Amino acid sequence: MNGTVKAPGSMGRERRQAYMLVAPAVLVLVGVAVYPILAAIWLSLHRLILVFGERRWVGLENYGFMLGDARFWNALGNTGYFTLVAVTVELLLALPLALLLNTAFPGRGILRASVLVPWAIPTVVSAKLWAWLFNPDYGLINRLLPGPDINWLGVPGYALHAAILVDVWKTTPFMALLLLAGLQGISEDIYKAARVDGASRWRSFVSMTLPLLKPAILLALLFRTLDAFRVFDAIFVLTEGGPANTTETLSIYAYKTLMRAGNFGYGSTLSVMTFLCVVGLSLVYIRLLGKEGR
Amino acid sequence: MKRPGLWLATVAFLTFFLGPFFWQVLTSLWPDGQLTQPLPSSLTFDNYVSVLWGRPFLQVLMNSLLAASLTTLFCMAVGASAAFALAKLEFRGRGLLLAAALAVSMFPPIATVSPLYLILRTVGLRDTLVGLVPPYATFALPLTLWILTSFFRQLPDELYRAARVDGCTPLGAFWRVLLPLAAPGLATTAILVFIFAWNEFLYALTFLSSPEKRTVPVAISLFASEHKEPWGEIAAASVIATLPLVVMTVLFQRRIVSGLTAGAVKE
Repeated sequence: MNGTVKAPGSMGRERRQAYMLVAPAVLVLVGVAVYPILAAIWLSLHRLILVFGERRWVGLENYGFMLGDARFWNALGNTGYFTLVAVTVELLLALPLALLLNTAFPGRGILRASVLVPWAIPTVVSAKLWAWLFNPDYGLINRLLPGPDINWLGVPGYALHAAILVDVWKTTPFMALLLLAGLQGISEDIYKAARVDGASRWRSFVSMTLPLLKPAILLALLFRTLDAFRVFDAIFVLTEGGPANTTETLSIYAYKTLMRAGNFGYGSTLSVMTFLCVVGLSLVYIRLLGKEGR
Repeated sequence: MKRPGLWLATVAFLTFFLGPFFWQVLTSLWPDGQLTQPLPSSLTFDNYVSVLWGRPFLQVLMNSLLAASLTTLFCMAVGASAAFALAKLEFRGRGLLLAAALAVSMFPPIATVSPLYLILRTVGLRDTLVGLVPPYATFALPLTLWILTSFFRQLPDELYRAARVDGCTPLGAFWRVLLPLAAPGLATTAILVFIFAWNEFLYALTFLSSPEKRTVPVAISLFASEHKEPWGEIAAASVIATLPLVVMTVLFQRRIVSGLTAGAVKE
């Protein structure tokens, strides 16, 4: 049989088999993600207290309550501040790190292996590790810093920034690797050409590397922003949202409402709200990336 | 570039990223009574002994191993064939499926906690390690699909066509020709999914209530007693839970980096 001629109907068969092959994955994704999200929206329209077995349709009442709930606005503000500051610092550190990892020098191998260490450490473990460094009595940070011992995790104002530092430590490597992948896609030739034309290193960084790296930067920012916005593990372990709710993020407030107060209706409302914020943020980034693609 | 600047930056980054981990290792070897001193005068394995034999930490390690392995197996079983189809076959909705998988991986886990809790309770899987697999699939399956699809795309189309010409069905071509060739990609994906599942915290904290079912992150977060944090034991447990991952990561760093950035580079 001639191999280049396809039997009639082979395309249809191929397509049928393709659907068969993806069907299990589609079913699982619908079952574990799409259905639960829809169910969470449905729950958020109820008053639902598990221990009392109370379940009653209340429409948008929970959402109305949320708009007047100062603790929700506080959590939203904390989450936004955490995300903005953490992701900005991460980008400012990841960019030089990626450039360093893209430079041929003897220390590159050990540096690349080392930056993966914080990435591989479970977030809970990294939070505990930093909680020990921040320990007011015997922590390394107070030992190294002169002056009186500071209770980093116990003072409003300090605690959220301590949590940001933990996030920066843990996730800068991932961002640097994404940027490194972008850097490796840039041809060496343009730098040679620029050097021939007498451009300084700084000049070629600003007018060539940065513009060419912009899609990779936007993509890294997208991943990291959405990830930072759902922050739970690190802050829950460091402070559980304290002191005085100054580190309470949306995920933590929703968790406490669901699992500590057992209020599944309003807890679901807060969860859905977190989800909607993430959707909104990703739409903004997708627009930016779309403009970049054109 | 000036060499001193290069080395200075390298040392600064190394100190920042490795320093805290080394301090944790040192703390784990620090005799309990000497924590108030600037540095220990001797080192001891006491903390390791008391974590492994004074607490149910071996059980906890087995729990995490089970949950992470089951998640990895499940996602590979469900995801490999789909990734092959996404990379090599023509069908409508291909782009949509990849985009949907990416979107799902960005879901905040808190968004699905309440319905998943109620579902797991209804089917009797709450407070079981097997019950963690479906929630873990929310992040692990999209990861599997993205990384494996990019690996299957790297295999030449000719391989697939030749197998078809030789009389294989698409499924046969996948099973007999492409899957064996994708073994390195499968290994990379398995490592990454395992690490992500091993490190997961929110679902495990929410769905598991029995202390003997706890996974590593949950157990470590709840080590503290009412009055005193056992810092030495926490450090020892952290090192035990992390060292395998760190060794694995350093050994397979090339693969892990290529896997992590697989989706990003393609776009």
